[in-house]
Amino acid sequence: MAEEYIIQVKGLGKAFGDLEVLKSIDLNVKKGDVVAIIGPSGSGKSTFLRCINQLEIPTKGDIFVDGVNLLKEKVDINKIRMKIGMVFQQFNLFPHLTIERNITIGPMKLLGMPASEADAMTDRLLDMVGLTDKKHSYPSSLSGGQKQRIAIARALAMNPEVILFDEPTSALDPEMVGEVLQVMKDLAKAGNTMLVVTHEMGFAREVASKVIFMDEGYVVAEGTPEEIFDNNENERVKAFLQKVL
Amino acid sequence: MASLFEVFSKYQVLFAQAVILTIGLSLGTVMISTVLGSLVALMKISHNKILKSIASVYVAFIRGTPLLVQIYMVFYGLPMLGINLPTVEFLGADFSRFCSGLVALVINSTAYVCEIVRGGILSIDDGQTEAARSIGFNKTQTMLYIIFPQAIKNILPALGNEFVSIIKESSQVSVIGLAELMYTTNTIRAISFKSFEPLIIVSVIYFILTFVTSLFIKKLETKLAKSNRS
Repeated sequence: MAEEYIIQVKGLGKAFGDLEVLKSIDLNVKKGDVVAIIGPSGSGKSTFLRCINQLEIPTKGDIFVDGVNLLKEKVDINKIRMKIGMVFQQFNLFPHLTIERNITIGPMKLLGMPASEADAMTDRLLDMVGLTDKKHSYPSSLSGGQKQRIAIARALAMNPEVILFDEPTSALDPEMVGEVLQVMKDLAKAGNTMLVVTHEMGFAREVASKVIFMDEGYVVAEGTPEEIFDNNENERVKAFLQKVL
Repeated sequence: MASLFEVFSKYQVLFAQAVILTIGLSLGTVMISTVLGSLVALMKISHNKILKSIASVYVAFIRGTPLLVQIYMVFYGLPMLGINLPTVEFLGADFSRFCSGLVALVINSTAYVCEIVRGGILSIDDGQTEAARSIGFNKTQTMLYIIFPQAIKNILPALGNEFVSIIKESSQVSVIGLAELMYTTNTIRAISFKSFEPLIIVSVIYFILTFVTSLFIKKLETKLAKSNRS
């Protein structure tokens, strides 16, 4: 039954020493799902996301990717990570490489993609994020919004099955949030599977197929955007939404 | 003043030979210790506890003991370990003494280079490693493609400064009879009966060597700063 989900999380826990950040998280993600993860600061949202591609090693529970249990079976985590793209709050572009190289280094070194194919792919991805003229620039010459769009292109270059977004707009100036969200909306429409930790409630409501609300290391509420934003009776969810909306 | 020129012109061949030896010794040291120091740095930042402690103890011990002691230990220790190098002439000096001096300087410098390389690597933001790992690069690939190319910009100028230090510190290997600049200077002092003039000459030579090297490093730094896109 695990097979039908791209990602399945069961009873996931993560502690940093005595501090239990994640207590018990369950989540099922099907192909094409756009899951928005919302909740107050310190609720464990980013930690949860980082557990999925093992940037944080969980202390208990199970994570299945394509039916493979990452924590119990012997798996090559690098192979798994190639299937899971990630976009960071701080972009983390490689400053010593051109935009083109930022995008192509993964597919060329890891997937053995030939240079000509990588070049065509770069053009296609840059066109998609609206930055064709930046192909030969270095990251330092880009604005925050442009950097994040390149970071999304870099994640897409590996043709991942799912993309994790860790507060992709939180480090941006307000006027640049829109351009990044637009790219993410396009991705969602194109049928990409996405997990998005976000404080952009408008985006969550408009684009997500499922919203999960986390607080103090638990998933407190889970449902469609309507169920979470309009008809939720949970006190913690209501209190949070009142503060942010 | 006149006696200064007199000493210099009379012994310039000896000085020239000694300069070549000092440069050869320093250059050899910095090149070998760059390779070894990088390896020790990788050991020190690895998660393998055994490698890590070996590297840490090594660096702490070498940095915490005088170079002079290390030079004597190598010079008298190598034969005790059964390593007897041939006593043939090399760059105007005895090859076995040259090797002892080189090994001692390398052992010493490796510890300092290790810290330079480690500092350069640690100065790169963790986000770079995370981004590389999230794409699917393993640790070695991440180091090779992402971290090291960025770290090298911090490492190169510091390595240049280490080279300047080695030029000066190599004077201490004169104690094992290796005819580099300092040893030659003492020889000249003895045979010329002039105790002060050779010292002035050798300090000028050392100064020229280190000053030129420093100028070169400054140029390199400006060049690296220009290419620094971060």
